[in-house]
Amino acid sequence: MKPIPINTINSPTVILELIYRLKIKDVMSTPLVTADKSATLRSIQLLMRDKNVTGIPIVQGKRLLGLVSMDDIIQALDLGYIEEPAEKHMTRNLTVLEDDMPVSFAITYFDTYPYHRFPVLSKKKELVGMVTTRDISARLLLEINREVDAIERAAAKHISHDDSIVKKQTFTVLRHNFENAGYASTELKKFLKSENIDSAAIRRAAVASYELEINLVVHSEGGTITTEYGDNKLKLTVSDTGPGIPDIDAAMEEGFSTANSWIRSLGFGAGMGLPNVKRVSDEFTITSEMGKGTAIVAVIYLLK
Amino acid sequence: MKGSSIKEHLGYREIFLPGEDVIITSGFTSDLLSDVMANAEEDSVLITIQAHRNSVAVAALAGIRAIIICSGRKVPVDMLTAAEEHAIALYTTGDNQFTASWKTAELLTKS
Repeated sequence: MKPIPINTINSPTVILELIYRLKIKDVMSTPLVTADKSATLRSIQLLMRDKNVTGIPIVQGKRLLGLVSMDDIIQALDLGYIEEPAEKHMTRNLTVLEDDMPVSFAITYFDTYPYHRFPVLSKKKELVGMVTTRDISARLLLEINREVDAIERAAAKHISHDDSIVKKQTFTVLRHNFENAGYASTELKKFLKSENIDSAAIRRAAVASYELEINLVVHSEGGTITTEYGDNKLKLTVSDTGPGIPDIDAAMEEGFSTANSWIRSLGFGAGMGLPNVKRVSDEFTITSEMGKGTAIVAVIYLLK
Repeated sequence: MKGSSIKEHLGYREIFLPGEDVIITSGFTSDLLSDVMANAEEDSVLITIQAHRNSVAVAALAGIRAIIICSGRKVPVDMLTAAEEHAIALYTTGDNQFTASWKTAELLTKS
């Protein structure tokens, strides 16, 4: 199968924003065409033809048990067990997506696995939809049309980048862009190394900037991280556009986390981020307003 | 110890070894990337089940030289690409983190 020609790492910002903003639930097909585990493969074949689909999830209530694909049907016809129940021949051990994951995950899954469709489960592990490459491309084209239209209208508006000054750099960090997480910190580390900064200080700077970057990816609606170097200090300024932190004292407590299960499954969201930043910083301030956003300034003295 | 001894002595699968073999002086076992970021030593080997490119990003920032992915988890292509980019050795094994840790510790003590 051809890979989806959208790179989840260095596509244009508009596209990246799209695939991280759009959730699986925004692109998946509903309502679902499902069959009971006792349904015969013959009846499923008819259902496929009738509903014009090539894969049918087998369910018990809302619980996903397996999947019967066109390949399974062809095999059944070939080997003569088309009248047998789905339960006996369906594909089990399915790879699934979660409905609140960004679409970028689906793109990565389609490029990683040889499957043509993935069942989508809710947080409660209930089957809520199916997603195919076609679902993704259709929705993306729709959104891209909208974006291109907006870009055409705002052709005069241009985005300024402040990376001409060696000592000050600003990085844009997008919500749920895990693929790029760490980019700003890696660049910062390279720069500090080139300035022959002591390795322990570089480590503290890397911890602070990485945790702040990950916080933007995991919790914010997107924001920027600015690194300023000079006078033997490194100043990290982070600001985002929301949603804001309801209880800063709680957020500063080690182990407190609001991250969801799939973020935790990636090894993030352990509630160590902000405490880690504070620990390695010599100056640390955080302000947050619900609905407006969060601003953090962390300063690290490089000579100690 | 050398990174290549993870393959030679432990029989772990070598996914990537930089042109110049890596030198490892300690190890760190964790699946929480914040924990790794904050506490792993430089020139260490990271033993984890987190098979994705963020583990490589953390390793690069923390000065980790090699990663052992446990419990038979598969390494996605973008993780390999990141490992190549940051010159971090990458191994996989069916062993869990406990077993991989004591085997690696034994190897570190010997060399």
